[in-house]
Amino acid sequence: MLEIKNLCVSLEEEDKQILKGVNLTVEAGKVHAIMGPNGSGKSTLSYVLSGRDGYEVTDGSASLLGEDILDKEPEERAAAGLFLAFQYPVEIPGVGNMTFLRTAVNAQRKARGEEEMSATDFLKEVRSKAKDLKIDADMLKRPVNVGFSGGEKKRNEILQMAMLEPKMCILDETDSGLDVDAMKLVAEGVNALRSQNRGFLVITHYQRLLDHIKPDVVHIMADGRIVKTGGPELALEVENNGYADILAEVA
Amino acid sequence: MSLAQTKETDVSKRLAEMKVSQSGWSAPARKEAYDRLMKMGMPQRRDEYWKYTRPDTLTSGEAIPAAVQKDSEGPIFDELDSHKLVFVDGVYSETLSDGLSLTGAVLELLSTTEEVDIHWAKSLYGSLEKNGQTPVARPLAAFNSAFAEEGILLHVKETLSKPISLHYIHGSETSDVILHHVIKVDAGARATILESGAVAARCNTVIEAEIEQGGQLNHIRAQGRDHERRAVTHVFAQLEEHSQFKSFTLTMNGVLTRNETVIDMRGDDSIAHVAGASVGDGDFHHDDTVFITHDALRGESRQVFKKVLRNGATGVFQGKILVKPGAQKTDGYQISQSLLLDDDSQFLAKPELEIYADDVACSHGSTSGAIDEEALFYLRSRGVAADEATNLLTLAFLSEALSEVENEDIAELINARLEGWLKRRR
Repeated sequence: MLEIKNLCVSLEEEDKQILKGVNLTVEAGKVHAIMGPNGSGKSTLSYVLSGRDGYEVTDGSASLLGEDILDKEPEERAAAGLFLAFQYPVEIPGVGNMTFLRTAVNAQRKARGEEEMSATDFLKEVRSKAKDLKIDADMLKRPVNVGFSGGEKKRNEILQMAMLEPKMCILDETDSGLDVDAMKLVAEGVNALRSQNRGFLVITHYQRLLDHIKPDVVHIMADGRIVKTGGPELALEVENNGYADILAEVA
Repeated sequence: MSLAQTKETDVSKRLAEMKVSQSGWSAPARKEAYDRLMKMGMPQRRDEYWKYTRPDTLTSGEAIPAAVQKDSEGPIFDELDSHKLVFVDGVYSETLSDGLSLTGAVLELLSTTEEVDIHWAKSLYGSLEKNGQTPVARPLAAFNSAFAEEGILLHVKETLSKPISLHYIHGSETSDVILHHVIKVDAGARATILESGAVAARCNTVIEAEIEQGGQLNHIRAQGRDHERRAVTHVFAQLEEHSQFKSFTLTMNGVLTRNETVIDMRGDDSIAHVAGASVGDGDFHHDDTVFITHDALRGESRQVFKKVLRNGATGVFQGKILVKPGAQKTDGYQISQSLLLDDDSQFLAKPELEIYADDVACSHGSTSGAIDEEALFYLRSRGVAADEATNLLTLAFLSEALSEVENEDIAELINARLEGWLKRRR
C-alpha cells in the first residue's frame, strides 16, 4: 500500500535535515503505529507524505499503490487515496462544514473520473456517518472547525476520513488534546474503517490510543529514522520504560 | 497654463454650460444646491476627503468613453419577483419597465413631475443631501441635486409585496448620466429597493431616503460589470425612531467607483447597516466612504466592507462613526478588510471614530491579508484543487459582508455572481 524507501528530508528555509533515511512499508489491511520522542520527525513524515510546502526531499522515495507520490500536488495525492488526519485541524471561517465535505468528496471523484455524488445521496451518507461519531446537525452547519472543541475537531477529521474513504490513512497525533471518552469515540470511528483494502499509519506519543486502535506493527522513530520495529508489545515497553532504554539499546 | 489649471477650466466650462432648471417644484432646491456647489467647489485632488481617490475623471467636462460590454449573465435580479423599472443611459424606458402603478406606494419620475409646483418630494429633494454636507463637503452630491435629469420619487405608504428593481442599462459609449432618487417610507411601512447594471460611461447617482418611525428600507445594489465605467454614488438616509435602513452593495469591475453613504440616525432605537463586497482586478479603483452619525439613544450601526483585489487593483475605505453628545447606548461596529491576491494590489483604509458620549460601545477594525496558506493546504489535502480552494476561501472571506443580505434568494444570486467572477479569472 504505502512504501517509503530511504526518505531523506530537509527544511526548505534552513539547512536542517529532519528525516535521515526512513524505510517503512504499510500493507493493505494493516495498522502500523509510529511512536517516538518529540522532534524525532514523526509529524514531518506525515506532512511530507501529504505534500505540505516547506520541505525538500533530498533522497529516497514514497509510493502509494506502486505510484510515486512525492512529485504530486496535495490534491492529487488525496485523489489517489491518501488521507492525513491533522494534529491541529485548521479552522476555516466562512466555509460551512457541509460545503467543505461535499466539495472535497466531489473534487476527488472528479479527479478520478467518477460521477459526482448527488445532493440527496451525499446528505444521507453524511448524516448517517456523522451520527456514528456523535456529530450533530449544528456541527455540520457551522464553519469548518470554527468554535469546535479539541474533541469535536478530531471527530470532524474522522468524519472527513469516513466520507472520503481513502486507501491509506495517516493519523497524526489524533489522541492529542482528547479526554478518554473522546478518544474512545475517535478510535471507534477509525476501527469502523479498518478493512482489508485500507492501510493505517498511526502516529502517537502514547500507548493509550493503541489500546483502542490495536496496531499490527509498531515502529520507534528517533532522530529521523525508524530505529526499532516490533509488535504491539513494543508500545507497552515504551509505556512502561520510556524511550531511553530503547534508544540506548539501538545506539 | 498648467495642467491643473486646464482641468479647473474644463470643470468650470462644464458647469457654465449646464443649466439649472428654473421652473417646477424642484427649482428652489436645485438653485440652492447649485449655490452650495459654487461655494464648495468641485472636489480637488488636494482635498483630504479625496486623498485616496482621484476625482478628476468624475468632475471633468466630458465623460471618458467606456465600452459597453455584453453581460453574458443577464441582469442579476431578473429571476426575482419584482417591480422592474429600466433606465437606458439614464432615460426611463416605458417598454422595458413594469410601469409606475404600484399598490401601497406612489411612484413617479422626476422628469415628468418637473412642471408641477407642489409635490410631496419638495421638502426632501436636496434637503438630506444638504444636511449631509456637514461636517464634510460632498460637492458631487450637490452637483447631482442641481442638475439631476431623472430619478424615481417613491412614497411608500404600506409594506410593499415585492421589491422595486431599478435596472440601469449602459447603452452608449459616451453616456454621462445624473440620477436622483427620493424615497420616503411612512411609519411602519417596509420596502426593498434593488439597483443593478452599469448605468453609463459615467454616472452620478444620489438616493435620499427618509424613513419614518418604525419604517424599514432595504437597499441592495449590484454595480454593473463594465470594465471602463465610472461611478460616483451617494446614499443619504435619515432614520427616525425605531426605523431601519440596511444597504448592501456588490461591485465587480468598473475602472472607478466611489460609493458614499451618509446616515443620520436622529431617532432613538434606529438601526443602520451598510455593507459591501467588491472584487476587482487590474484597472479597478473602488472607494467606500461611509459617514454614520448617531444623534439619538440606543442606535445600532454596522459597517462591513470586504474587498478582493488582484493584478494591481486598489481598494479604499473611509468609514466614520460620529457619536454626538447624548447619543448614549450607541452600539457601533465597523470592519473593513481586504484580501490581496497578489503583491501589486493595495488597500487604503481610514477608519474613524469620533465619540462625544460616555456610555457607548463602538468597535472598529481594518485588515489586509493574503490567502491563509494553512487553510489552503488543509483544503488541498482533502482533494480540492488549488484554484478551487482559493476561490472557496475568497468567497469565505466575503461571507461576512454577504451575510448582511437578509433575503436568502438575493444573497444566493450575489454569491453566484461572485463565483462566476472568480471562475472567469482562473
